Amino acid sequence: MKNANIAAILVASAALLGCASMQSAGWGSAADDASFAEMIRTGFKAAGPVTLERLKQDETQAFCSDPVASQSAASVKKAEAIEAANLATVKFPADGKWLGDWRAGERVAQSGRGLTWTDAPNQANGGNCYNCHQISAAEISFGTIGPSLYQYGKLRGNSDEVVRSTWTKIYNSKALNACSNMPRAGHMGIIREKDIQDLMALLLSPDSPVNK
Amino acid sequence: MGNAFRNAAFAAVVCFAPFGAVAQERDRTAEGIEAYREALKDGNPAELFEAMGEELWKKKAGPKNASLEQCDLGLGPGVVAGAFAQMPRYFPDTGKVQDVESRLLTCMSALQGIDTREHVEARFNTPKKNELVALATFISGESKGKPVKVSLAHAMERKMFELGKRMFYFQAGPHDFSCATCHGQEGKRIRLQDLPYIPSKEGAAAGWTSWPAYRVSSGQMWSMQWRINDCMRQQRFPEPVYASDMTVALSLYMAATSNGAIVATPGIKR
Ligand code: HEC
Ligand code: HEC
Repeated sequence: MKNANIAAILVASAALLGCASMQSAGWGSAADDASFAEMIRTGFKAAGPVTLERLKQDETQAFCSDPVASQSAASVKKAEAIEAANLATVKFPADGKWLGDWRAGERVAQSGRGLTWTDAPNQANGGNCYNCHQISAAEISFGTIGPSLYQYGKLRGNSDEVVRSTWTKIYNSKALNACSNMPRAGHMGIIREKDIQDLMALLLSPDSPVNK
Repeated sequence: MGNAFRNAAFAAVVCFAPFGAVAQERDRTAEGIEAYREALKDGNPAELFEAMGEELWKKKAGPKNASLEQCDLGLGPGVVAGAFAQMPRYFPDTGKVQDVESRLLTCMSALQGIDTREHVEARFNTPKKNELVALATFISGESKGKPVKVSLAHAMERKMFELGKRMFYFQAGPHDFSCATCHGQEGKRIRLQDLPYIPSKEGAAAGWTSWPAYRVSSGQMWSMQWRINDCMRQQRFPEPVYASDMTVALSLYMAATSNGAIVATPGIKR
């Protein structure tokens, strides 16, 4: 058996063991839709720039809010359709420039600002990246919801394929994994094209501290 | 991306612990935070809020010039000891499941004749909300050391539990966040802040049994309503309505999941 296959089996069986309790715990499917909608309706108010529009789910969000069904074998086709729909939203850089300035990228990765009801509506939003990822070695205050991105470029190189899939992941994470925990930073307008170029440089440029 | 890969990636992220240098760094960080918490346990400024809350409980106020001492927190009028450990619960007089804060609003209105709209609408960290936080701190302190014993016997309690659980997984907003994004996996952090895995008993207990808590970083006493409010803010959701069914449902979900764990309020946090 190839190593990759063995790894996949190990991962899958660890997942079965580790997640068994989560699966059987259920997720609130016994709550009826009408009561749930009413609870949401009476549960929130607009605050500053944040309106009740925020609570309207798109198809991806609705699908992924059922953690059992969305991970079930029966939903594979639906998950793939959701990935395809998200993939179709991805806009590659208009000026053909994939890598910007890693220093600016580091600032975007560090910042978790933006889009809460206490944020000023016209300030630049951050990418929240360090909230979930290790990125440079210097920053030890990093979160662990996502995998480490330290040495990202050094480990993968920067072939066309790596560049495009990394852009895709940042622009719309759900294009590659329907129910990823990672936000769709470009698609949802959290950050701008220039920010993505700068983040790309942070992850992929050989002179970025990430790849030293 | 192929589905096998997607599932493997999902599984790896959900269920694998980090390893190597990163894990060591993480452990050191966690130890540092733990030592800090230990040092603070000797003197918890939350005791001041307990005292304030007790005073408010006994003070005559409102158009009816009455105290809250006859408030029924579920164990009969005037019984405070142990009541918090069994909340949220169903109350026949209101026909609703209530947490300590929504129940306090009921008592202020019924016993004292106070129009509580201002209390509901007031922002956190203003006098009207601080009254409720202090009262909740006092009441929760009277259950310290008791096991959480939240009932799911009444149909309304079961319904609210399911609604809360469903809310926990409800994704929306520009970041696609739900409570589960941050609290749906074992052993994760945002930056250096540990995130309890709330669907487990231990995680729910970490979240439930120590609130209201004094937050050292902000120098403020926060109730569970405030805690949920701030997590919803980070979730990029609109603002929760204070004491709404939505907040009570989430609370009941957490409380019932932690059943049997020991109440340790008022807590102290980063
Ligand atoms: C709330 C958590 C969260 C945030 C914020 C986040 N990510 Fe992620 N990220 C994840 C998770 C979880 C994964 C792995 C699962 C998956 O494939 O989606 C991931 C995967 C990735 C990957 C693919 C890694 C690999 O090994 O294939 C890249 C690249 C990435 N993230 C970059 C970023 C950048 C850049 C930002 C900031 C704009 C960011 N992430 C923000 C959670 C997050
Ligand atoms: C974007 C991330 C994020 C989301 C979404 C989120 N939380 Fe949190 N939550 C945190 C962080 C970070 C902390 C720790 C805060 C601190 O240390 O000050 C926390 C702390 C808590 C605590 C206290 C835990 C303890 O150990 O005392 C509870 C309870 C809680 N959250 C519940 C919720 C609920 C319920 C929701 C959904 C309504 C939610 N959270 C959504 C990030 C989040």
